[in-house]
Amino acid sequence: MVKMTFVEASREALREMMQADETVWCVGEDLGRGSVFGQYLGLQDEFGPDRVADTPISEAAIMGAAFGAAMVGTRPVVEMRFSDFALCATDELVNQIAKARFMFGGQSRAPMVIRKPIGLWRSSAAQHSQSLESWYVHIPGLVVVCPATPQDNYSMMKAAIRCNDPVVYLEHKNIWGMEGEVDTSLEVELGKAAVRRQGADVTLVSWSDTANLCVQAAKTLAGQGVDAEVIDLRSLWPWDKDAVIASVRKTGRLVVAHESVAVGGFGAEVVATVVEQAGNALRGPVRRLGAPRSLVAYAPNLEDKMRVTEQMIVTAAKEAMGK
Amino acid sequence: MTTADHNTRRARDLLAMMERIRAFEEQACLAAERDKLVLGAIHPSIGQEAVAAGVMCNFNRDDILLSTHRGHGHTLAKGADPLAMMRELLGREGGCCGGKGGSMHIADFGVGMLGANGVVGANITIAAGAAHGLKLQGSDRIVVDIFGDGAINRGPFLEGVNWASVFDLPILFVCEDNQYSATTRTSSVTGGPGAAARAESLGLRATTVDGNDAEAVADVTAEITARIRAGGGPEMLHAITYRRTGHTSFDPAGYRPEGESEHEAKTNDPIARQRAVLAGMGLSADELDAVHTAAQSEMVQVLADAAATPFPADDMALQDVQDIGSPAQEAY
Repeated sequence: MVKMTFVEASREALREMMQADETVWCVGEDLGRGSVFGQYLGLQDEFGPDRVADTPISEAAIMGAAFGAAMVGTRPVVEMRFSDFALCATDELVNQIAKARFMFGGQSRAPMVIRKPIGLWRSSAAQHSQSLESWYVHIPGLVVVCPATPQDNYSMMKAAIRCNDPVVYLEHKNIWGMEGEVDTSLEVELGKAAVRRQGADVTLVSWSDTANLCVQAAKTLAGQGVDAEVIDLRSLWPWDKDAVIASVRKTGRLVVAHESVAVGGFGAEVVATVVEQAGNALRGPVRRLGAPRSLVAYAPNLEDKMRVTEQMIVTAAKEAMGK
Repeated sequence: MTTADHNTRRARDLLAMMERIRAFEEQACLAAERDKLVLGAIHPSIGQEAVAAGVMCNFNRDDILLSTHRGHGHTLAKGADPLAMMRELLGREGGCCGGKGGSMHIADFGVGMLGANGVVGANITIAAGAAHGLKLQGSDRIVVDIFGDGAINRGPFLEGVNWASVFDLPILFVCEDNQYSATTRTSSVTGGPGAAARAESLGLRATTVDGNDAEAVADVTAEITARIRAGGGPEMLHAITYRRTGHTSFDPAGYRPEGESEHEAKTNDPIARQRAVLAGMGLSADELDAVHTAAQSEMVQVLADAAATPFPADDMALQDVQDIGSPAQEAY
């Protein structure tokens, strides 16, 4: 076991994958200086400017060019800086990358990792704070992952680089400095959830940094006589229905929590699936937590209005329990 | 072989390719309008065949091509099988893309054709990336990216051409300027002097050519590709031609000045011009007619064979989406 921060974990995984496979390369703005959050620090010195390529501020070209390079046999890791900026490359991701294999009748592959830092982070306001994971889950052809711990950011980065599908890789900006023990031999299969805490009374389903909040909430709930099980989905497409349904069959109670806007969010998909496939196991009201359908403000008190908090999760769990 | 023999042979090959492209698209239009066998839109390049033939004769089978929604000619000239292409237009099994792409998404990776594209200009960044990937791998293959005059008004033109310039990539950008952006005269919506000047402003060498003169297109492309293969970096070819049909095969193009298309057909047809070149080299009318007849026979048979092919199996609707989380395995 090695102690690493969240940002160190994915950087180390990337370094090891670049050492092991010379077709892996990174492409994005300011990578030689480590990019915005230090995700690439030292990599250009180690691998050179061809494999850690500094680009113009051209999101569409970064995404499109990486796709072209993937089709001729390389494995690009694409940096978008902020998930919000990746919207400048939406045609490239949604119309081109996600569809090429199907449209071309299976002739092509796009083995790419597309990194899009997400989430609320210190008064970053409306164009640097979004979590749009549900958009990408809606696009056939894409794999969507949201690691929440250093271990998962290490193991899932490796899995994402090995994957032959395009992987939208969403790291939360609020947890770059989160420390944890990392087992570098541990492999995580994309599409498999992690049971972060076992419990018998209520199932808390979440992902990304909100999963960390759920772990905290479960500790609080334990002090109040509620034994919560926390499922961190980690991957949203594919997502681990089996783990969620097995847990709900055990607890009979379900709370889904995520940072993104509740309306049309992936939480709705989780709830609908549980109701369809295990509705008879539910013994209390289902609760779904997400942001109001409003915009992220700069002022800290207004920004806070968009947050799902530990206390909200505790309250929702108790409501699901009928307390 | 003498230089004269070589010139005659290339001239004849250019004519034959243009005749095949013309015949393929005429059959495709018949399949759409007469037979109702092509269900989606097709975008003919009738009158523009000299660009496809003249450019592509300078590229090898393992070089890379990316093309547009109006890309039948480029694809044929890159060496794709016309029967597989016609099956694709008809949405049939055995189409280049198994019937899943249609005319606008034709691709044949076996001949280095990495896709037509339904989004104007979108192929420019992808093609730059293909060249980037080849360069990273130390390959000696090069890339040709063909787009229309409408594409130079989209952002990917700026981003993709700048990218190729900054990374000094082995790619030829061809602006196949047929003078119309869908149903609008391109000059009426384009600021400044156009494609070549825009490319030059980004550091590329740009060449403008009469795109209906197959000999000129082939000559100038030969010079450009020699420079690119020698490591000279990206270049732009602005080939000026004319779109004789509407935007799609169903578009009557009533927005055009009366007689414009007919005048072009009468005075500036690339096939007629190439026949004149070959006549000047001593070929007889019978010999030239034989080239025409062979192309017509080939493509009539292609359409008949394609129409006799079944549609793809229903389960293909869920195949080739993705490995992880594939709809073929995943309930939804």
